[in-house]
Amino acid sequence: MLSKRNKEALFNPLSKDNPVLVQILGICSTLAVTAKLEPAIVMGISVIAVLAISNVVISLLRKTIPTTIRIIVQLVVVAALVIIVQQILRAYAYDVSLQLSVFIGLIITNCILMGRLEAFALSNKPWPAFLDGIGNGLGYTIILVIVAFFRELLGSGTLLGFPVIPQWCYDHGYMNNGLMILPPMALITVGCIIWVHRSRNKDLQEK
Amino acid sequence: MEELNLFVKSIFIDNMVFAYFLGMCSYLAVSKNVKTAFGLGLAVTFMLVVTIPLNYLLNEYILKPGALSWLDDSYKDVDLSFLGLIMFIAVIASATQLVEMAVEKFAPALYNSLGIFLPLIAVNCAILGGALFMQQRDFPSCWTATVYGAGSGIGWLLAIVGLAAIREKIAYSNIPPALRGVGITFIITGLMGIAFMSFMGIKL
Repeated sequence: MLSKRNKEALFNPLSKDNPVLVQILGICSTLAVTAKLEPAIVMGISVIAVLAISNVVISLLRKTIPTTIRIIVQLVVVAALVIIVQQILRAYAYDVSLQLSVFIGLIITNCILMGRLEAFALSNKPWPAFLDGIGNGLGYTIILVIVAFFRELLGSGTLLGFPVIPQWCYDHGYMNNGLMILPPMALITVGCIIWVHRSRNKDLQEK
Repeated sequence: MEELNLFVKSIFIDNMVFAYFLGMCSYLAVSKNVKTAFGLGLAVTFMLVVTIPLNYLLNEYILKPGALSWLDDSYKDVDLSFLGLIMFIAVIASATQLVEMAVEKFAPALYNSLGIFLPLIAVNCAILGGALFMQQRDFPSCWTATVYGAGSGIGWLLAIVGLAAIREKIAYSNIPPALRGVGITFIITGLMGIAFMSFMGIKL
């Protein structure tokens, strides 16, 4: 069930081989949807679902896809899945789907997907491919949630929309840092996370 | 006049990189030196100018609710907009392929400088993002959409050349080991983004 190799496929992407921090994939959406925690979580779940399912599909088809047209096949599989996710979100979570705007559609060109399909699903059986999809999706979601946590906490003083900073702090002159909500701070937050992560994992540092 | 406003606006205020984070993957990966960065920037601009009008026509005459009414009156209730994503990405992937072949045949010099970047562009989110924003904003004409494409592309080009220039300059700086490479690039991009925000709120 979970051999050593499968375990690696599932757990490595969480930290040592994290898709965002180490492989530098899927940056666009990491930065754009993290001003608030709720859209970040929804985005993470959507990516996990699309990644796991498309990994399995491509892995099942891996022997029948001619290598010359594989990119187009991958794009079509992913695009079909993304359309399903988009329609589901519009039906059941309309407000969040408005906040995410074009970024759900952009899951298609999220490099994590193409990267994992090319690097893993094309050369592995469906079960490991599924685990790899879940693992990478989770690794991506963790970063999304960390960034969104700090941005929402410092930027609007709320978490998931509930105020967490008590009123007396504001009475004594505490202010929300509006800069955190603006797009550029997402980049700097990710930069700081990479800093912390690499100081703990010395072998990832560049010379 | 309106087109000129849109052009300036899409370069500086709605900059693809700093306002929407589109095309970040290649933006961070291919910004080590100015020359290659410029090549990729040109390729992205070129593809935006080609694919946005194509997708605009597709959206206007096939996908939009009621867009098929030019065919026959009985089709005026048909709404194919849910197919948008798959059509756009198909157009982008095939246009990339066609442009690559055309450039190779008719402009070998340009092909040699853009060569490796052209295939990468099919999965650059700036291109698909451009198409999706075009759909969202509902431009009045194909020409306006083209201007928007050109502006966004040039904005992206400016951003990547700027970052590459800074990275060339800091190559010999003494950066904390854990921040070297990717970390500092993120922070620089963030600071550039803050600088670009000074254009915000300018009414054109």
